[in-house]
Amino acid sequence: MLGFIGRRLVACLVLVVVIAGITFLLAFSATSNVARNLLGESATPDQLAAKNAELGLDKPLLAQLGTWAGHAVRGDLGISWFTNEPVAQAIANRLPVTLSMVVLAVSLTALISVGLGVAAAVRGGWLDRVIQVLSVAGFALPNFWVALVLVVFFSVTLGVLPATGYVRLSESPGSWAAALVLPVASLVIGSTASAAQQVRGAVIDVLRQDFVRTLRARGISPRSVLFRHALRNAAIPALTVLSLQFIALLGGAVVIEKVFAIPGLGTLTVNAALQGDVPVLMGVVVTLVVLVVIVNLVIDVVSGWVNPKVRVE
Amino acid sequence: MTARKVFRNPLAVAALVILLVIVLASVFAPLVAPHSPTALRLDRINAGPGSGYLLGGDGAGRDIFSRLLYAGRNTLTGAVIALSVALVLGVVSGLLSGYYGGLLDGVLGWGANLLMALPTMIVLLALFQALGSSIYLAMVAFGVMLSPGFHRLVRSQVMAVKHELYVDAARVSGLSDPRIIGRHVLLVVRAPIVIQAAVVAGIAIVVQSGLEFLGLGDPGTPTWGGMLQDAFTNIYTSRIAIWWPGMTIALTVASLVLLGNAIRDVIQRTERVRKPPKPPELVPATPDTDELPLLRITNLTVGYPSNDGYREVVHGVDLDVRHGEVMGLVGESGSGKTQTAFSVLGLLSPGGTLLGQSSIAFDGTELARLPESERRALRGRRIGYIPQEPMSNLDPCFRVGEQLVEPLRAVSGLSKQAAVTEALHLLERVGIPEPRRTFAAYPHEISGGMAQRVLIAGAVSGKPDLLIADEPTTALDVTVQADVLDLLRGLQTEFGMAMLLVTHNFGVVADICDRVAVMQDGRIVEVNDVRPLFASPKHPYTQTLLGSTLEDSAPRTRLEVNHA
Repeated sequence: MLGFIGRRLVACLVLVVVIAGITFLLAFSATSNVARNLLGESATPDQLAAKNAELGLDKPLLAQLGTWAGHAVRGDLGISWFTNEPVAQAIANRLPVTLSMVVLAVSLTALISVGLGVAAAVRGGWLDRVIQVLSVAGFALPNFWVALVLVVFFSVTLGVLPATGYVRLSESPGSWAAALVLPVASLVIGSTASAAQQVRGAVIDVLRQDFVRTLRARGISPRSVLFRHALRNAAIPALTVLSLQFIALLGGAVVIEKVFAIPGLGTLTVNAALQGDVPVLMGVVVTLVVLVVIVNLVIDVVSGWVNPKVRVE
Repeated sequence: MTARKVFRNPLAVAALVILLVIVLASVFAPLVAPHSPTALRLDRINAGPGSGYLLGGDGAGRDIFSRLLYAGRNTLTGAVIALSVALVLGVVSGLLSGYYGGLLDGVLGWGANLLMALPTMIVLLALFQALGSSIYLAMVAFGVMLSPGFHRLVRSQVMAVKHELYVDAARVSGLSDPRIIGRHVLLVVRAPIVIQAAVVAGIAIVVQSGLEFLGLGDPGTPTWGGMLQDAFTNIYTSRIAIWWPGMTIALTVASLVLLGNAIRDVIQRTERVRKPPKPPELVPATPDTDELPLLRITNLTVGYPSNDGYREVVHGVDLDVRHGEVMGLVGESGSGKTQTAFSVLGLLSPGGTLLGQSSIAFDGTELARLPESERRALRGRRIGYIPQEPMSNLDPCFRVGEQLVEPLRAVSGLSKQAAVTEALHLLERVGIPEPRRTFAAYPHEISGGMAQRVLIAGAVSGKPDLLIADEPTTALDVTVQADVLDLLRGLQTEFGMAMLLVTHNFGVVADICDRVAVMQDGRIVEVNDVRPLFASPKHPYTQTLLGSTLEDSAPRTRLEVNHA
């Protein structure tokens, strides 16, 4: 098991380094206008050159990458070009907001989709058909549009839930929860619909396996066949689905934060993207890739623990 | 042919029509749209539907309907760009990966994994300015990120057909690799690619709209996402405006997915039986003798639901298994012998139903109408089962020992300690050299022969009166087969069990069976003791079967003309 984790760790590190490198080369390749954007149209060529030198943009691209990476491994992700705030600091302030939203959404997705998926696989009938329809709907309705509809209904029309704003958990737990209901709901609706469909498929696949018939032939109760054996086998595809949902929800959160004016990583990213604040963008990408890699690693380890066969492959 | 079947699905037709309407209306927007997408009328700012504008006016007083049509051009173009990039990259790399394998496959697969780990939305935002602040260039980048889906799909399909005989034949006959890939391989992967393309186009539309909603993109050109942004800004003035672009996106994407699903259903032939018809009431014929054998099957008829009632796979089988005898059930694959065996266990595949006067009398109890809970009480205790394929019949997630202990405890009510002792004893009895090591091993850590011994141990652990063995040696190496048959014979005598042995192999029958029944097309054509059956097979089918068995068979006698 330790060897298995070690191999995965090395693979993950390589992945982070490669993605960071490629993103850096792409993102910093188009920085010719940055100095002018920062200083305004009236800046003289000398001032522009001085600004470029200050930002280190006068150096060759690979040298810039070297400098950035040297700092990054020590946790220094540079300074925002527009707000002069340290990038690591800006991310540290906003990551918990986004994470609380996404983690809540993933947990709810896991709970609801496993419940619905298993029920649909075992029961079939109308529940099964409802889930098929929901999965198409969940795929076709963009989550930011679902968010808009929820805002129109619950905030504009009924006025029962806040449409914007975010309150820290430490300030007022009640307001924190109220602020998160709609954002999390708009994320969960779509992800649950597709995850439930996939859990259903995974459970049906397992229940068709030969060993299930053999277990039943041994006189084991249907409850144990389903909950002890089938669910454990279906856990691996289900975990993979959830890890993909986690990545998708991180992206979804970006747009949802805009709808609800939540000061999370998404708002930071969108503003940076509109301004061309490359150090911030670079920092966000690296942070999220590391996050995704960690989640995938955890999922790998859990899969290996659930099904020992995975460790060998 | 596929297309015609797809069009029989009304949902698919509706989806196709909607897609066509949306695409045509977008393409011919200048002809269809009643207004210019940029014409402002201050009196129609946030106006409701019908107030001069069909669907109302947006926050700047422009016609929402006309803008929807023009926006369709941009959004659909973006989706086509992303789809084309993903298709070309994914299909080409998937073909190369699957066909050539090796290092190339490793490198490409690694690249695909890398792309799949990206939080796409964030990366698109991060690269937006570097990509020239163009939504189309962003969609090119998104296409690259979507390509792993196609890559994996094509790769796995190519791997599957690569070793098909017709591909080998093409290679031997001197066709070049590109010709083989083009002619033989692409043909197979065509349909799955179409399905995946529908999904990818849908994702592209949603993500592109998301980017535009966030304000990335050209504010001068109307887009579905940009229109949502405008509607969102004016949400307190006009609540209805968010619906039009939202519904358009949803309709387009849903149509794509439904069309993809319809094609998949036709290809996988998963066209569902509308509703399984209610089976006619089962009236088991009462077995006629007072002195019943251990198992008496009468008139066993097994059917599976189809669109017009039930499709029968077993047509009225009569079969006796006496106490302590080994009954062979022989026939080709598809003859219904396994279905007969599963009927006795009550473990037919989903949908499998006993029909008509089917009767299964086991030790005087009619099983055909027994409630499931009571049938379950018989399984493992009084009727045991040995499956065909050892490796797939052990749960890969549990240690071998646990898979013996759990049924022992369920069936015999043993304490955990007693069950462990008993399981170890059983493992030793079935000839496993190091019972403790096998007990602690996972199924993938033991050989097929060992796994089959484990399954035999499990089958006899409840000391059943009847053992049903479904091709117990077919999946094993020839060298192991004889040992396993010896073991079965030994256990059968030791426990005094009756055995119903399903096989297609007359060698196995000759080795172990007392009597044998021959099955063809869901019917039993001949039953006899083993020796007379081998010496003078009566039914022509038995004669053919025996004649085709080369090993273990006596020199062929002259074929008697059957005057029956």
